[in-house]
Amino acid sequence: MSKMHVKLTVNGKQVEGLAEPRTLLIHFLREDLKITGPHIGCETSHCGACTVDIDGKSVKSCTTFVAQVNGADITTVEGLTNDDGSLGVLQEMFREHHGLQCGFCTPGMITRAHRLLQENPNPTEEEIRFGMAGNLCRCTGYQNIVKAISASADMMNAQKEAAE
Amino acid sequence: MNDQTLTPEERAANLKGMGCARKRVEDVRFTQGKGNYVDDIKLDGMLFGDFVRSPYAHARVVTVNKEAALAVPGVVAVLTAEDLAPLGLHWMPTLAGDKQMVLADGKVLFQGQEVAYVVAEDRYIAADAVELVEVEYEELPVITDPFEALKSDVVLREDLEGQTEGAHGPRKHHNHIFTWEQGDKDATEAILAEADVVAEEMVYYHRTHPCPLETCGCVASMDKVTGKLTLYGTFQAPHAIRTVVSLISGLAEHNIRVISPDIGGGFGNKVGAYAGYVCSVVASIVTGKPVKWVEDRMENLMSTAFARDYWMQGKIAATKDGKITGLWCHTTADHGGFDACADPTKFPAGFMNICTGSYDIPTAYLAVDGVYTNKAPGGVAYRCSFRVTEAAYFIERMIEVLAIKLNMDAAELRRINFIKADQFPYQSALGWEYDSGDYHTAWEKALKAVNYEGLRSEQAQRIEDFKAGKTRKLLGIGLTHFTEIVGAGPVKNCDILGLGMFDSCEIRIHPTGSAIARLGTISQGQGHATTFAQIIATEIGLPADDITLEEGDTDTAPYGLGTYGSRSTPVAGAATAMAARKIRAKAQMIAAYLLEVHDNDVEWDVDRFAVKGAPERFKTMKEIAFAAYNQAIPGLEPGLEAVSYYDPPNMTYPFGAYICVMEIDVDTGEWEVRKFYALDDCGTRINPMIIDGQVHGGVTEALAIAMGQEIAYDEMGNVKTGTLMDFFLPTAWETPNYITDFTVTPSPHHPIGAKGVGESPNVGGVPAFSNAVHDAFRPFGLVQSHMPHDHWRIWKIANGLGMHG
Repeated sequence: MSKMHVKLTVNGKQVEGLAEPRTLLIHFLREDLKITGPHIGCETSHCGACTVDIDGKSVKSCTTFVAQVNGADITTVEGLTNDDGSLGVLQEMFREHHGLQCGFCTPGMITRAHRLLQENPNPTEEEIRFGMAGNLCRCTGYQNIVKAISASADMMNAQKEAAE
Repeated sequence: MNDQTLTPEERAANLKGMGCARKRVEDVRFTQGKGNYVDDIKLDGMLFGDFVRSPYAHARVVTVNKEAALAVPGVVAVLTAEDLAPLGLHWMPTLAGDKQMVLADGKVLFQGQEVAYVVAEDRYIAADAVELVEVEYEELPVITDPFEALKSDVVLREDLEGQTEGAHGPRKHHNHIFTWEQGDKDATEAILAEADVVAEEMVYYHRTHPCPLETCGCVASMDKVTGKLTLYGTFQAPHAIRTVVSLISGLAEHNIRVISPDIGGGFGNKVGAYAGYVCSVVASIVTGKPVKWVEDRMENLMSTAFARDYWMQGKIAATKDGKITGLWCHTTADHGGFDACADPTKFPAGFMNICTGSYDIPTAYLAVDGVYTNKAPGGVAYRCSFRVTEAAYFIERMIEVLAIKLNMDAAELRRINFIKADQFPYQSALGWEYDSGDYHTAWEKALKAVNYEGLRSEQAQRIEDFKAGKTRKLLGIGLTHFTEIVGAGPVKNCDILGLGMFDSCEIRIHPTGSAIARLGTISQGQGHATTFAQIIATEIGLPADDITLEEGDTDTAPYGLGTYGSRSTPVAGAATAMAARKIRAKAQMIAAYLLEVHDNDVEWDVDRFAVKGAPERFKTMKEIAFAAYNQAIPGLEPGLEAVSYYDPPNMTYPFGAYICVMEIDVDTGEWEVRKFYALDDCGTRINPMIIDGQVHGGVTEALAIAMGQEIAYDEMGNVKTGTLMDFFLPTAWETPNYITDFTVTPSPHHPIGAKGVGESPNVGGVPAFSNAVHDAFRPFGLVQSHMPHDHWRIWKIANGLGMHG
């Protein structure tokens, strides 16, 4: 199958490669770019383990062709770590509040939560639960994930205030 | 901080040992997307395997034509049973003493069964080629009902035709697998005949699936130069897999290295040996290249290890004032096309004989008939210890049914039948010795915590309001007191494929006082790297943060039977404590030498040995570690390490009291969990944060199972729930918050008194949710209704009771 040239910005870096028109974004990220944070859990858009951020929106990369997002700005969980290599706020709060167990859903969860908190910096518990409903977790029962996201919102808001 | 300025309590706190809510060490890599799961493994020249699967549940495979598939550029091989037969690998042994086709050998027995294995240069080409393999099938009559299977002339397993003896005794019919009997049949039937009251009911625990978020997969890599096979995979029991691979492939065991990398949840799904593993190994041997196989979600739900599917006919006898006198159970167990249940060899129905539950039932009888049908094989313990969830669901439903018959409050009925604290160790009528328990204390604490009396008053008012037409919502109070049996187990009665179910830990202390520990288990999210380091920290006084923990590599870890059935803490956790104690015993001798006193003149003090009566004279564990490597100590070998293989003397028996308060809309069948209270007694608590997390997750799995999750088939044997669109996994939106609580009754035979907790919430949660639904409709005449209680089924209950006008 003929391949097409794809250019993306992933986690702040310009990347390019060749991909078949049918190549899914998740496979391009994982196989070609070796960005293995986003995972494959269902291949039908239900579980959200493959969630990435594309041009400011949460997208399930298992049902997106890389060709569809040519030129896009993509952030994966790898891009949410601080520049100095320390854990970003959400990563730290997931750890602090035991918001993960096997870790398989975590990259998608954190990437989705990152966008949710951009969309709504002060979410209620109900809004967090609704906003995260596209991401499945089999281990935690969500209670500590909700706590971690709520704590992240508080911390991000405090940081923003301190900066202003 | 080795001086005397810190109190013993402060020094203990610095260790982050047992009892501490230590943050998980695993999370630093997981939160950054730096886990290393099987699909993350990428080796040079790696090929991809994919299966051609049967669309039919029962059919002859007439021909398989590979030509078109092989013509696709990038396709390396297409394997069928014919190719595997010369190697003797077209069938493989199952964990239950049966055998299973690796690739269809003449016929298929369930939809989704593996027919051919395509190997290609990338996963897209493999998927293309799968579509091009032409298989001609001849359909055969399909049986999806185990009761019908036992009457049918249709022979499912033609390979077993004429065999009247199976792995577990006589076979009564060509679709029958085994009969397993426990307890005293005659005595139980005599009690039933004479009892004041007998309640009888069929309790069905439907077929479901563990569905971890990561599916099953492997990478097989045969190095033709060294003759060594490395097999990475989602294995809950890597050492057992190595032995099985050696036995069935003929490769010497030392030439096989099995590695379980990070595992994205297991819940029992990753215990078994699957066709994908065998085909990948063969493909790697044949091609000389690494071969990866990772199933997709539909394949996972259709073909790898289902759970449950038990039809449990029960009779429970009692005096008129509610004292239970006998329990009778006959279970028809649907095992699918092959008997691939993951149970210890001597227990073909697992520990179903824990079905007397938390109650002092003097006489009982259990019989289980295993049956072949045209469904997927498996029968794994989905977050439970070998059929314990089925047993707990059975007895907790039977208690409720008996309460209805006696017109008695179900909390009170439980209270008067609990095994009393002073009866432990308790011999159950079906053969177990319960090690410890204090059920009454837990029960009273739970009832008080939810204000049980208040809830019953509210419910009574609600019923009046409903009857008066003021509301269309009912209130259900779901009670459960469960007793588990976990930590398999004693080698004297527990083995899998002849491998005794001990487990192991090896600890090496480095000269500077840090350490590495390796175990025979493998974490799938339980946080072993965090908690087992805590056990060692408390036992030998080195900070948990200075202890690395490794599992899953059979070339480096000591042999063990893996992680499932809540056995890691009861068995490997015990091995960890015992290995640590061996180190401490040697450390004592080193300390005495350094302090120039007799061995018995020093005593342990948190992180050091001190001279008795002179606490200012001490050697810390760190100092002792260094001395072990740089001092010539008479009579002692250099170094400081130990290994323990722990064969537990008994199982452990965690228990708990769960209460669910549920609102149910009779017109829509919708439900809402208003409150869920979970009290667990898992003995000594190693890390309360992780225990709470296990309970949250386990109860959520129970919520799914009880309220909607199932593997359903139509009469043609088509799987109706093959994607996450149809197979219910609750989201954050449907999932309630849980209130967790605990009592502590340490296990008397476990070195640190721990019992295991990971599976309790699934075992206790399912009856709690189901009982809540039943309880809501009890005043309107409902006695028994089968799970899962999805909206449609709840609506049907209401409709059947005439509640829709």
